[in-house]
Amino acid sequence: MSAYSVTEPSRASKSIAAVLVVVYAIITLLPLLWIISTGFKSGPDSISYPPKVLFEPSLEGYVNLFTTRTRIGAEQFAALPPPETWYDEIVRQSGTVIAGPSRFGERFMNSVIIGFGSTALSIFLGTLAAYAFSRFKVPLKDDLLFFILSTRMMPPIAVAIPIYLMYRELGLSDTHLGMILLYTAVNISLAVWLLKGFIDEIPREYEEAALIDGYTRFQAFRKVVLPQAATGIASTAIFCLIFAWNEYAFAVLLTSGKAQTAPPFIPTIIGVGGQDWPAVAAGATLFLLPVMIFTILLRKHLLRGITFGAVRK
Amino acid sequence: MTDTPIDRMARATPPHVARRVRGLSDRAIAWLFVAPTIFLLLAINIFPLIWTVRLSFTNFAANRPGREVEWVGLRNYQRILTDDGIWANMQTTAHFLIWTITLQVLIGFTLAWLINRKFRGNDLLTTLIVLPMMLSPAVVGNFWTFLYQPQIGLFNYVVELFTGVPASSFSMLGAGGLAKWSIIIVDTWMWTPFVMLICLAGLRSIPDYIYEAADVDRASKWRQFWTITVPMVLPFLMLAVLFRGIENFKMFDMVVLLTGGGPGNETLLASIDLKREAFEKWRTGYSSAYAIILFVTVFGLASIYVKALNKVKER
Repeated sequence: MSAYSVTEPSRASKSIAAVLVVVYAIITLLPLLWIISTGFKSGPDSISYPPKVLFEPSLEGYVNLFTTRTRIGAEQFAALPPPETWYDEIVRQSGTVIAGPSRFGERFMNSVIIGFGSTALSIFLGTLAAYAFSRFKVPLKDDLLFFILSTRMMPPIAVAIPIYLMYRELGLSDTHLGMILLYTAVNISLAVWLLKGFIDEIPREYEEAALIDGYTRFQAFRKVVLPQAATGIASTAIFCLIFAWNEYAFAVLLTSGKAQTAPPFIPTIIGVGGQDWPAVAAGATLFLLPVMIFTILLRKHLLRGITFGAVRK
Repeated sequence: MTDTPIDRMARATPPHVARRVRGLSDRAIAWLFVAPTIFLLLAINIFPLIWTVRLSFTNFAANRPGREVEWVGLRNYQRILTDDGIWANMQTTAHFLIWTITLQVLIGFTLAWLINRKFRGNDLLTTLIVLPMMLSPAVVGNFWTFLYQPQIGLFNYVVELFTGVPASSFSMLGAGGLAKWSIIIVDTWMWTPFVMLICLAGLRSIPDYIYEAADVDRASKWRQFWTITVPMVLPFLMLAVLFRGIENFKMFDMVVLLTGGGPGNETLLASIDLKREAFEKWRTGYSSAYAIILFVTVFGLASIYVKALNKVKER
């Protein structure tokens, strides 16, 4: 190799490219930084003009997110004993007292239960199907695979009408089980396609060797294929989890109380005269942060996940 | 357990052979493994779809289960296809689709091309840029209504800072024709990284020796760009457009929380209108026909597009 390479960009062009990309990154991250910072603003700071970049951090948004508060008469307020906890104190500053916990915790837990439940089920079913599609002659294989993918093209509202009716009949509306089954049905196409790609990459020779050693197919699958596919399974699982975590259309149409997840709940956080933006931002931060962390962990497989395995690096 | 011939044979054979005999045949395993997935999809995707088709020929209303259901034939379809309002929604959807895809392709490709200069830290920047597309469109869409506030929002403030247009003189979500751009801006912000990532994969798939050969032939950089880079990235780019097209045709969550279809019907995308018909006006039969029309449209357009994509790939 000579020191000069025609494909290596020049130093100047690299610097210009770097500057432009950094500018884009700053612009694109600004809204996210704004969500995070608004969560730590006090009510008046959050709606001041010009928008405040520097402000005194406050946990008011987070306290409001987790509590419901009531305003009480001035006399009653004066007669209250001194606040017992730091959050009591924050709430008192705006002339209110804590009436009880808000529903955010429950909704967040619903997201966790439904997200992990549907992910586990999608991965379980998806791994089995992907293995079969990868290793065996399944009749109409290509048609079945395309059928599985095409279910993803349907507008959610198109199937939401009969699912709404069906769930009402079966007593599944507004239940965790109903939402887990539904998200599994949506995610399974992604799981099968991604996992098939990962399993295709495991050499068949490993299993054949195991079969000759006296393993059954099933044992070969469990003891040889599964450990080899572990990374692929883990990244597929994260993609399924992120989808279920973010889903809104089905959640808003089919759940209203018991099984409602966080995405339909966060926009309904109301303060005095409209949305309580610090509380909304606090909720959004807690909700978005896990996904940001997962995205960073997933970065190597990101492309594969978002294209259903169509593009691999 | 009954004593089957297989069991008897198994006892008579050495253990390592026996395990294989008792194991299921490959064919049985294949079916056993695929069946649950197919069953689930039939139950939660195909059965409801068939039900939607059935409902689309009736005047059923889900909020009035007691009412007698009448078979109305193709009347629902006829009414939808001749309704000016629905054609207006289709145009709104097309406007949204065309602009989001154009902007995302232009910005996404440019970014990928810049990142492919392989400057230091490009991996970290790629990861950061990608963040918006992984987030919940509903939660993010809702927060953008705050960024778009004329008096206090960051968006208007930044616009004032750079262009001098007073922040309170325009409202992205109010009347005045800006709302349909507000949803395009947010969608572009969210999904440009998607196009960028796919383009980047395309750019990285081009082997260096092609450029080296072109250099030997004294082809200019400009010419190399149009005769090597663009054609080789095109299949990737088309794939990205396919994904964005399907997703944005179905677009619901982000827009519903940002504008709710308003002001008036200015940002009433087809899928939001469908939701209103189905779950607010409870015209179940009518909206089922609407849903079928939308599904057939996406499916039809996607099939034609995939054919074109395969032709490009073959070249």
